[in-house]
Amino acid sequence: MAGETESGTGQDQPVATTHPEGAQIKTEERAEAPNLVVSTGPRGLSERVKQAAIATFITAVLAFFFFPIRTSIAPGGLDITWRWSLYALALIFAFFGKLLVDAYLLSPAGPRVRAMVSGLFILGFVILYAWHPLGDILFGTGQFEELLGSILIGTVFGAILLGLVVLISRATGKIGTAATGVAAQKKADRISTFGKWALRVLFVVALMLPWIVMFLFPNRDRQLIDISILILTYVMLGWGLNIVVGLAGLLDLGYVAFYAVGAYAYALLAQYFGFGFWMALPLAGLFAAMWGIMLGFPVLRLRGDYLAIVTLAFGEIIRVVLLNWSEFTGGPDGIGRIPKPTLFGIEFNRGEGGFADIFGLDYDTIHRFIFFYYIIFVLALITHFATMRLRRLPVGRAWEALREDEIACRSLGINTTLVKLSAFSIGAMFGGFAGSFFATRQGFISPESFTFIESAIILAIVVLGGLGSQIGVVFASIVMIGGIELLRNIGFLSVVFGENFDPTQFRMLIFGLAMVLIMVWKPRGLISARQPSAVYKERKSIGADVVAQGEGH
Amino acid sequence: MEYFIQQLINGLTLGSIYGLIAIGYTMVYGIIGMINFAHGDIFTVGAYVALAVILLLGISGATGATMLVLALLLVLVISMVFTAVWGWTVERIAYRPLRGSFRLAPLITAIGMSIVLQNFIQVTQGARVKPIQPIISGGIPLFDGRSDGGIIVQLSWMQLLIIVSTFVLMVGFTFLITKTALGRSQRACEQDQKMAALLGVDVDKTISLTFVMGAALAAVAGLMFLLLYGVLDFYIGFLAGIKAFTAAVLGGIGSLPGAMLGGIVLGLIEVFWSAYFSVEYKDVAAFSILAIVLIFMPSGLLGKPEVEKV
Repeated sequence: MAGETESGTGQDQPVATTHPEGAQIKTEERAEAPNLVVSTGPRGLSERVKQAAIATFITAVLAFFFFPIRTSIAPGGLDITWRWSLYALALIFAFFGKLLVDAYLLSPAGPRVRAMVSGLFILGFVILYAWHPLGDILFGTGQFEELLGSILIGTVFGAILLGLVVLISRATGKIGTAATGVAAQKKADRISTFGKWALRVLFVVALMLPWIVMFLFPNRDRQLIDISILILTYVMLGWGLNIVVGLAGLLDLGYVAFYAVGAYAYALLAQYFGFGFWMALPLAGLFAAMWGIMLGFPVLRLRGDYLAIVTLAFGEIIRVVLLNWSEFTGGPDGIGRIPKPTLFGIEFNRGEGGFADIFGLDYDTIHRFIFFYYIIFVLALITHFATMRLRRLPVGRAWEALREDEIACRSLGINTTLVKLSAFSIGAMFGGFAGSFFATRQGFISPESFTFIESAIILAIVVLGGLGSQIGVVFASIVMIGGIELLRNIGFLSVVFGENFDPTQFRMLIFGLAMVLIMVWKPRGLISARQPSAVYKERKSIGADVVAQGEGH
Repeated sequence: MEYFIQQLINGLTLGSIYGLIAIGYTMVYGIIGMINFAHGDIFTVGAYVALAVILLLGISGATGATMLVLALLLVLVISMVFTAVWGWTVERIAYRPLRGSFRLAPLITAIGMSIVLQNFIQVTQGARVKPIQPIISGGIPLFDGRSDGGIIVQLSWMQLLIIVSTFVLMVGFTFLITKTALGRSQRACEQDQKMAALLGVDVDKTISLTFVMGAALAAVAGLMFLLLYGVLDFYIGFLAGIKAFTAAVLGGIGSLPGAMLGGIVLGLIEVFWSAYFSVEYKDVAAFSILAIVLIFMPSGLLGKPEVEKV
């Protein structure tokens, strides 16, 4: 129930007041499962400890074959390495973690219990950390650091996410609290004002970014601009997928297929016909859109969850074909030496007629980085503006109507297949643009780059940002892509946590966990005021504000 | 002809594994109407648990026949129990809080859970492929076709084990669903959860048990997979999951015999496709079947046509 998930935000609001009256009735009607027991959580300290013990026991069972036992390849077969220390630490964390989460989030405790629980936790942690030899004896040399590393990353990400939530909630009013009538409208208005302002600020920062970076970090400018390009690519992909998932409500798990089509379209056009980037770009988008229509036409009649699986299967089919059709696509070896884009025919190379030569600058590879940055910046902006404009067209309104209620749409005479198809193909087209940019930036593509993981990352970004929220996608990309890339590049982490420490191996784990937690906590994403583009002047008791909290379909 | 029969046996074996996983999909879909996307990764968990237990017990090809049977039985039970706990936890954490939310929400958490499980296994057990020595070797030569230029058709012990145990499990399972109180409450929840609750069925418990049973069967499939192919990596559940889902859809989602039938049909199609057309495109064949069935025959072979209520 939405009431339960909302109550998880730690606000002291009674569950019943989190909905307008009409919505409350609606909830009861909609409730399929008779989930009548409202979880009150543990009350007394002994009850808390008991629950924590249960959680620890379950963790012990779950982790038994994964933490202490590690199968590794040894001469003459597999071998088992024991890691009891890791197991012990995991259990300790499960126990205190459950206590802490309960005390602060699930069933808020009094200040004394809170202080006791967190005091114990911090004390234990400090002792372990300060008394390093003890940690080594208890947990084995090296393992303790590794574990601390993952905890630190978790904490950093948690803190960043929490910070974002607090920031946004400051700007938009309390998050997760009552959204009734006028208050809801105010909240929604505040969110949209906040969104506008945040977008403006972000726009200016993004516009100036290469110069800011060059000024502030002259030694690492290439690397930072490269990361920014990567982030912007994901922002663009997220916005493209947002049209399909966020606006039209179609769960597309094979979005990477269109990204691949765009990338291969450009690479093959360049290889076989000598096309340049600017000529191939519109064609790549067109190809991707055509594929969208081709794939979409048969499957879009399916219901939501079937659609998800079929799109996933199509994504895999395209990858398998790219992998095995070696004569045409190069197979697993991919396609290399994809030409770089030019600025009105000027290439970014050293020597006569290059960019630096014509403009009288010293040759520097950074020129090309900046050029790439602005290309993807403009492409992403085009995606954004196209989306915003489309939302105001009849077709955009039909998307949103479709997302809210397909049957109602059909009764009103909307051709749902056509409407879905338009969302699908337009989303695919932006994926295609992004793909051909990816091809030219990398200079080399292979089917490796277009696995399901990629689709999952894009979807995670859209989900975390809030389905349908444009600014949310930007935040989610910055945090999830940029954050991890930065962590990888921060030198002192590897000093503290050992040479082998690699935060990227936790990346997908964090993505997955964040997806689950955010969906459970706020089903419509962190920034979740999706206002319908068309509204009545007078708001009804059940409107988009209620829908935004996870009601309805 | 010999080749055909050999492929038929191989197809049945593969199909049994798909069928075992597909039951998990179909049961969950039947009862709460969602695709448990993480089910394929539950299968991976089962395979990894089985691998660890096999190594702990020191089972190898040299173990004597009686001991081997007992030991494998032990492996089976342990991995079923531990995997069942995983299945239960996934439902508790990711799906139960979202019951009654909008339709895409549990699907998205399911994808999230799938990513979590995959990467949990990768982080804790490493990304490299884990090979084991064949444990059960040999078989019954059915007939020798070498005299006229053919091959020996052989039903290996391994294949026999897989087919027989799948059959036994199916019989037991059908009994569970049709004759026991648990099966009755499960069917009741499938029809109408609210009414079932009013009549005293503990819906939450029934749904949890559905996940537990699905996960236990996936663990069986995981052990079979490990014994049959002898290699594991953290990614096996992805492909196996989609294929098992295809099997469930092919047989008619929500129908238990359908899941088994769909699994076997899919296994046969895949094996024959690789044998007579091309190995590279066997996945494409399986996925195309998924799309074709969904488009032209959404209720599958044995499923009931779905009526969309307003």
